[in-house]
Amino acid sequence: MMILSGDPPRSRVLTLILVVIILALAATPYLFPGAKAMNVAAKICIFAALVASYDLLLGYTGSVSFAHTMFYGIGSYAIAIALYSMGPNWGAVATGIVVGLPLAALLALAIGLFSLRVAAIFFAMITLAVASAFQVLASQLSWLTGGEDGRSFQLPELLRPGTVLIPKSFAGFEFNGRTLTFYLVFAASALMILALLRVVNSPFGRVLQAIRENRFRAEALGFRTVFHLTYANCLAALVAASAGILNALWLRYAGPDTSLSFSIMLDILLMVVIGGMGTIYGAIIGATIFILAQNYLQSLMGVASKAAAEAGLPLLPGLLHPDRWLLWLGLLFIASAYFFPTGVVGRLRNAGTKKA
Amino acid sequence: MTDLAATDPLPKPKRDIAPILLPIALALAMIPFVGSTSSWLTLTAASLAMGMMIFIMASGLTLVFGLMDVLNFGHGAFIAVGAYVATLILLPFAAAMQADSLLMNLAVLAPAALLSMAVSGALGLIVERVLILPVYGQHLKQILMTTGGLIVAEQTLYAVWGPQIIPLPLPTSLRGSFIIGDVAIAKYRLLAMLVGLVVFVAIQLVLNRSKLGLLIRAGVENREMVEALGYRIRRLFLGVFMTGSALAGLGGVMWALYREQVHASMSDDLTVLIFIVVIIGGLGSIGGCFIGALLVAMVANYGGFLVPKLALVSNILLMVAVLMWRPRGLYAVTSR
Repeated sequence: MMILSGDPPRSRVLTLILVVIILALAATPYLFPGAKAMNVAAKICIFAALVASYDLLLGYTGSVSFAHTMFYGIGSYAIAIALYSMGPNWGAVATGIVVGLPLAALLALAIGLFSLRVAAIFFAMITLAVASAFQVLASQLSWLTGGEDGRSFQLPELLRPGTVLIPKSFAGFEFNGRTLTFYLVFAASALMILALLRVVNSPFGRVLQAIRENRFRAEALGFRTVFHLTYANCLAALVAASAGILNALWLRYAGPDTSLSFSIMLDILLMVVIGGMGTIYGAIIGATIFILAQNYLQSLMGVASKAAAEAGLPLLPGLLHPDRWLLWLGLLFIASAYFFPTGVVGRLRNAGTKKA
Repeated sequence: MTDLAATDPLPKPKRDIAPILLPIALALAMIPFVGSTSSWLTLTAASLAMGMMIFIMASGLTLVFGLMDVLNFGHGAFIAVGAYVATLILLPFAAAMQADSLLMNLAVLAPAALLSMAVSGALGLIVERVLILPVYGQHLKQILMTTGGLIVAEQTLYAVWGPQIIPLPLPTSLRGSFIIGDVAIAKYRLLAMLVGLVVFVAIQLVLNRSKLGLLIRAGVENREMVEALGYRIRRLFLGVFMTGSALAGLGGVMWALYREQVHASMSDDLTVLIFIVVIIGGLGSIGGCFIGALLVAMVANYGGFLVPKLALVSNILLMVAVLMWRPRGLYAVTSR
């Protein structure tokens, strides 16, 4: 209970699903040692943390930010540039963290003070504008960021796949540097999600919810809403940047497509809404569903598209083409925002209370 | 204070002219930096044309927000749809487009633009009924729903037309420039300016001189009161939404011809641009939107000419500067 900050999943089915997801993720290197499964599992971990931090903004304060990938990208690029220019050592990793995190927090502070002061509706538009400017900037400053190509880099010795820590003969599977990186990602993501649970269940988190419900009333109760909103914005940015660092470490690469693009922002939005806004747990569920769909549904769509093309149906092959999977996701997004705005978690919790 | 007699006209409200002077001052201030008068005139004409096109696209967004308090993140989709629909007429009739006769060219362009407006407007009807009607008054859900709508629209465009860029050459008679002395002004920009001005004047006239406009403005101020007086404000909302969408479609056609290409991702880039314009102008204000569009275009053109590197962030800098001066935009709509 302590570790969950007194905010358990509150539904048996939900608890079961969460436990299965977490156990499956933790056992991935042992159960599915293939590169693809590991990539998917690591991505789920990273996005669960990223989406949870976005949930702090969207679900708990009710402010829509489109700049979350910007902070994610700052983290990714900070570590990538540091490791690229300083060589693969731990000093570079530390430099990336020390530069990246404060930079993200400062930028979040500036955006927050600037746009949250005026009106909540401005925040969404201003973050969208700032994020798109940042994206252009990152692709243009190619001497620093590598432009559209991004930056590939080497990891420190310990984290490389070639470093065998426990040989296969000992435990039945090889525990190498890649596995260690995976568990680093897993542990760091878990820590961040637990920390976010702590934040939203603190008195501070209650104030955020009060602001979401009625900003005017929260202000009348004597809370400095701008301070709280900006603080939440900075916290979310910090976690997003940390997730970005993990992402870059896992991919050994940072580029516009993997860390900054607007489509990632939409992915995050979808994950939060599908999982359930204002629950934190929704982030884990949303990220798992979404990334599994992204990786395995696409091949299914490819098969369906081919079948439709062979059957000679018009338009359908184009609609079912694997590149068009966002279309179906968009429809799903609208449907879920419309029919179950509380997401999977909200649904499961409601079902639980109705029975009881 | 002197007493007013009953026959005296009401005192006129004070006109806030500082924002109007801003683009003029900016243009004049740029003369010494640009150096030669001829390039300044060319740049200014280019900014005016670009500004008018942006205004046409953004006006619908600001109207919809002002009247309905709906923030449509999918507005960019109407722009892209308009551009794609125009290719349906413009590409099959490419021969007429290439004919060296203004009349022939316009005979193709005008129906294309009208069809775009009609399709975007009809799409607006569907979007309003299906996506926005259930979520009136809930900003968060509006943003989610319309963002979803944007994704779906964009992906459908990809699915139907394919991911490649469609080239859309300008008609022959609109290519090239008028050369006056050593000033070159592109013909198409002149047309864009003309259309933009017509749209601006038309919107202003309808809003300020007609009964319909009176109702719309009253609806912005106090929705319940208009409803209480027996007007069906929902229908008014729908009309404004469709008009806004149709204008976005028109803007899309003009922008596509200006860039001479059509691509589904244009909705993303333009969404950001028109958001900046609408924020600068003050959400809901047509006049502010007009000035904001001109400012953005000026900064893009002068900035691109003087400091090309700055052009990347110039819009953001402009927005920051304007919001420092007036935190709610140039003309804040009072009721929000």
